[in-house]
Amino acid sequence: MQTDILTVGLVSLLAGAIRMSIPILLPALGEIFTQRSGILNLGLEGIMLMGALAGFGGTFFTQNLWFGLLAAVITGITFSLIMGFLSITVKANQVIAGTALTILGTGLSTFLFREMFGIQKLPPQIESFAPLQIPFLSDIPFLGPVLFNHNIMVYLTLLLVVCSAFVLEKTPFGLQVRAVGENPRAADSKGINVTLVRYLCVMIGGAFAGLGGAFLSIGFMNTFLDGMVAGRGFIAVAVVIFARWNPYRALGAALLFGGASALQMRLQAIGVPIPHQFLLALPYVLTILVLLSVSKKAEFPAAYTLPYSRSER
Amino acid sequence: MDLAVEMREITKVFKKVAANDKVNFNLKKGSIHGLLGENGAGKTTLMNCLYGLYQPESGKIFINGKNVRIDSPQKAMSLGVGMVHQHFMLVRPMTVVENIMLGLSSKRGPFLDTDRVERELLALSKRFNLNLEPKAKIWQLSVGEQQRVEILSALYRGAEILILDEPTAVLTPNEAQELFGILRMMRNDGKSVILISHKLEEILAIVDEVTVLRDGRLVGQAQVTAETTKRDLTSMMVGRDVLFNFKHETLKTGATKLMVNHLGARNDKGLPALKEVSFSISAGEILGFAGVDGNGQKELCEVLTGLRPTTSGEICLNGKELNRSSPKTFINEGIAHIPEDRHKTGLAMNMGIARNLILKNFSQSGFSSRGLLNFRAIKKNAERLMEEYAIKANGVHTKVKDLSGGNQQKVILARELSSKPEIIIANQPTRGLDIGATEYVRQKLLEESAKGAGVLLISADLEEILQLSDRIAVLYDGQIMGILGRNASVEEIGLLMAGVRTEEVEVC
Repeated sequence: MQTDILTVGLVSLLAGAIRMSIPILLPALGEIFTQRSGILNLGLEGIMLMGALAGFGGTFFTQNLWFGLLAAVITGITFSLIMGFLSITVKANQVIAGTALTILGTGLSTFLFREMFGIQKLPPQIESFAPLQIPFLSDIPFLGPVLFNHNIMVYLTLLLVVCSAFVLEKTPFGLQVRAVGENPRAADSKGINVTLVRYLCVMIGGAFAGLGGAFLSIGFMNTFLDGMVAGRGFIAVAVVIFARWNPYRALGAALLFGGASALQMRLQAIGVPIPHQFLLALPYVLTILVLLSVSKKAEFPAAYTLPYSRSER
Repeated sequence: MDLAVEMREITKVFKKVAANDKVNFNLKKGSIHGLLGENGAGKTTLMNCLYGLYQPESGKIFINGKNVRIDSPQKAMSLGVGMVHQHFMLVRPMTVVENIMLGLSSKRGPFLDTDRVERELLALSKRFNLNLEPKAKIWQLSVGEQQRVEILSALYRGAEILILDEPTAVLTPNEAQELFGILRMMRNDGKSVILISHKLEEILAIVDEVTVLRDGRLVGQAQVTAETTKRDLTSMMVGRDVLFNFKHETLKTGATKLMVNHLGARNDKGLPALKEVSFSISAGEILGFAGVDGNGQKELCEVLTGLRPTTSGEICLNGKELNRSSPKTFINEGIAHIPEDRHKTGLAMNMGIARNLILKNFSQSGFSSRGLLNFRAIKKNAERLMEEYAIKANGVHTKVKDLSGGNQQKVILARELSSKPEIIIANQPTRGLDIGATEYVRQKLLEESAKGAGVLLISADLEEILQLSDRIAVLYDGQIMGILGRNASVEEIGLLMAGVRTEEVEVC
């Protein structure tokens, strides 16, 4: 009996870890493309909030979750184009541009939500993605409920990890992305359109971040809340660096952070005698520790945050 | 003979200054053509027009007799023009084959075709004796090998006309000979080569024809024969005769000034960069350090100026031990430093000349008192030094970044030498300077040594080392391979630079 309770607890913790890792993993995957091309997009947080709103709004008005996702992706791309324009075309400082984008996204998402739905006592809700039990596999004891009892977005995200790694390592586009981030002048001299590649990478980052936001509003919860991304955009940036720009390692790192989130929720639920504020801070403390330990060793892309211009030496 | 390239009346203007002014250039098929001129003469600009990186304001380009408009490097490549830049256009964490595939369309559609390209590269590499391993990562390769990757890349893209921009600047004498062998093989294969250079020896050694530019204008084109001499070419290049052999006073060394014993240090990556380095410099002596870049030169300079900690050994100046002292102590004890990179470590580019001149001694009496700067003294100091060192600028407050390379170097010289140093650490003091400024810097170093200072001269330019040094040390992999007398031959030094230690090298 005792072991049963433990097992159930462990299953719910691990399944929760996977679920909680998705809204970090999705933006991180996109950010891997963005950063590999030499651009640091610190605006992920803002893009995710816009994506969360668009996902919710799209679903609410069409009553179709897939249209919600589509709206989130389009919004994410549109919003990321601001970052692209600032960092690639205008060659602005990327840290400032990204921070501005985050502030804009935070304010704009709240504003638009209130414009659309007004201030209500009960927030409007939608029917979110339901868990999709994979036949047979979900019946495996222990592993079944941990791995094969999630909604479709979780499975799609795991598929995207493999796709991202493949594109980066095995396709000419991936080669171009890496070259542009390491040595844009060399890429330019080989006939690669540095500006185009960077725009595409920023847009990929926007699309993924939009999806990540939508997962929160229509995959994990069933409504939009102000500031519901709660720093996950920044944690995603940390995950990218921790994972040294590799999608598979990003999966591992996201699970670590997802685990920390899931753990603090369970601990609160059990009622451990630690003030909940400390528990809530767990993922963020972890972020700081991870960055402290890794960032010195990590070999950043050589052209990281450096705008490229052909005529400058 | 047919012309592979004909450029007619090319004019290219940057910010109202003509970098190329109606320049004509003809390249014969199957020949090696030297493009000679000082820095800023417009050699690279002209070739960038041919390679499609720049669009000329006026003029026509013919390739194999056909009038073409080259608006991008891709267009140039499709016309069979390849270029090996002075700074290699390679992505360091990627492999040779990945670098070469970059920008080419794959025959396997959306997927990379690594295996096939690899096989083709191996065959091509064999044919031209390039000796490259396609799977190697670029950062693992020597500079000479990286250059061969660039050549291989151009050949793989079907280059019939290859432009090389200052290809020997980064090579050891042996590597340069190898490169020339490859170029001759390409010529025999019917390809045409353009060699941009300001080194006269190599132009004379390998080139069939030469075109000389000066101040963006064509000065002359000539066949290179056995009778062509260095003097002919220089007077074309500079427009006057240049003093090539400095009068070097016979060596009258004084007391030992700087003693370095069993010095060790690490590089930025934490790996040993200097191993058991020992030498001494006497008053009035110039000790030259030859060696390929990246063999510990930078670390040696930094250690000797207090900028980098030592891991072992000792540094003694006039009998006083300086290990683990601050850079300020080194300065106060009289060690002057002419750093390798003027822009990053030599000068504060956004500050004026006057302030750059007091960077080292702003806190000394005269320039400041009670924490406030004395602007009048600073201005006077600048006016005096600008006159003494013939620094050309609009005024004492002109930003250093607006000066020419030669004048920037003069600002550094003025600052470093005006403090009457005991020892001068000069790292690549003439890199990137034109002949006039180079002459000036070398003259100044000789003057200082005649006044009794000891000079440590690091240079990648062997000719400079041979001209100025009393003794020549060769650095390889952080070690001194040997210290030779001033009559050492280029071959002897070249072997040591490549890490080959000969038996009879006497260490003096």
